[in-house]
Amino acid sequence: MNIREEILTGLLLDEESTLTLGELSRACTAHAEWIIELVDEGILEPIGSDIAHWRFSGASLHRAHTTMRLQRDLGINLAGAALVLDLVEEIETLRSQLQVLNRRSPGN
Amino acid sequence: MEYKDYYKIMGVKKEATQDEIKRAYRKLARKYHPDVSKEEGAEEKFKQVGEAYEVLKDPEKRAAYDQLGSNWKAGQDFKPPPDWDAGFEFSGGGFTDGDASAYSDFFESLFGHDFSRARSSQRPFHARGEDHHAKVSIDLEDAFHGATRSITLRTPELDEKGRLITRERTLNVRIPKGVKSGQRIRLAGQGAAGSGKGGSGDLYLQIEIKPHPLYRVEGRDIYLDLPVAPWEAALGAKVKVPTPGGVVDLKIPAGSVSGHKLRLKGRGIPGKPAGDLYVILQITLPPAESDQARALYRKMEQELAFNPRAKLGV
Repeated sequence: MNIREEILTGLLLDEESTLTLGELSRACTAHAEWIIELVDEGILEPIGSDIAHWRFSGASLHRAHTTMRLQRDLGINLAGAALVLDLVEEIETLRSQLQVLNRRSPGN
Repeated sequence: MEYKDYYKIMGVKKEATQDEIKRAYRKLARKYHPDVSKEEGAEEKFKQVGEAYEVLKDPEKRAAYDQLGSNWKAGQDFKPPPDWDAGFEFSGGGFTDGDASAYSDFFESLFGHDFSRARSSQRPFHARGEDHHAKVSIDLEDAFHGATRSITLRTPELDEKGRLITRERTLNVRIPKGVKSGQRIRLAGQGAAGSGKGGSGDLYLQIEIKPHPLYRVEGRDIYLDLPVAPWEAALGAKVKVPTPGGVVDLKIPAGSVSGHKLRLKGRGIPGKPAGDLYVILQITLPPAESDQARALYRKMEQELAFNPRAKLGV
């Protein structure tokens, strides 16, 4: 076993952290053209007026990765992947609300 | 090593057509895809199904697998018979881009050799290492103050002889203050090593905040059920409230009812913007166990003209 004593600090992928088109495509090992397709489909929503100034939020990286897996594993096209991402997000919100309700009701 | 019944995993008969196998795979892959399914063990099932499909979709591999005979039962201790694959040629009959390192020992023992050869000839010599993903559970307090967590990762790797081994490594990772459940931390270059001049992949850690006995967490907001006495709710009061950042004083307005939500702005998980702490009032009745308590309840009954069911019309 290899123990490293150093403490690693990573990049927290939140609303604050942003990635350029180049950084995002490198992190996804994908072509920039593919990322642009995701933007056209509305899967990713960068801020900035033109491609050179696009900034993607940290959460974009997870959305891009998920899209890649859905395409590869299930043969879903981009419109379908966009729909899946939206639905999964909605289910997660509902699930956490349900959890709050379930946890509250036994005590009442 | 356990024998794997790929037909059973896919839920198809031994004589199923290639089309039937494909349809079964599509259905199961949708059902268990880890990005979509929240079912317990979905990821494990997805891998098994992928492995089974890898064999059954390829007529050459399927024929070789069938040749093992039908006497094997799933889970039975398995050793491949000598020369079991004589006469079969795995000429690269369509390998998917599936994660080969995720396949079972059983698969490796049958197809491992040719499998890795076929893969390596397909791939360019310089390849970036794969990204790795792991989950980290932290306490609410860690999200509040930040923390350092040591994480042990088990990564399958090929040794010098090309055999699959599991390497363990421990990393100390800083968990920044203000993380939310579900957020990811990217550690560049901490994934699998690349081959040739390809760089290492990245490591992604997904943060999960463990359930807390007092607080519920939603995003950066925190919810707390606060028991209050009936007179505190009715008359108003100043009470002490625990928060992850320490005890604070809270003013309860007169005429509060059960379920009333009071917001303590910025007392949630720190960040930009910081979350809020919501206190939900739960009116708690004093037990009527002593004569004195019973007398007080009796007095309220007699002197307060109170019908809790007035709205129900009874």
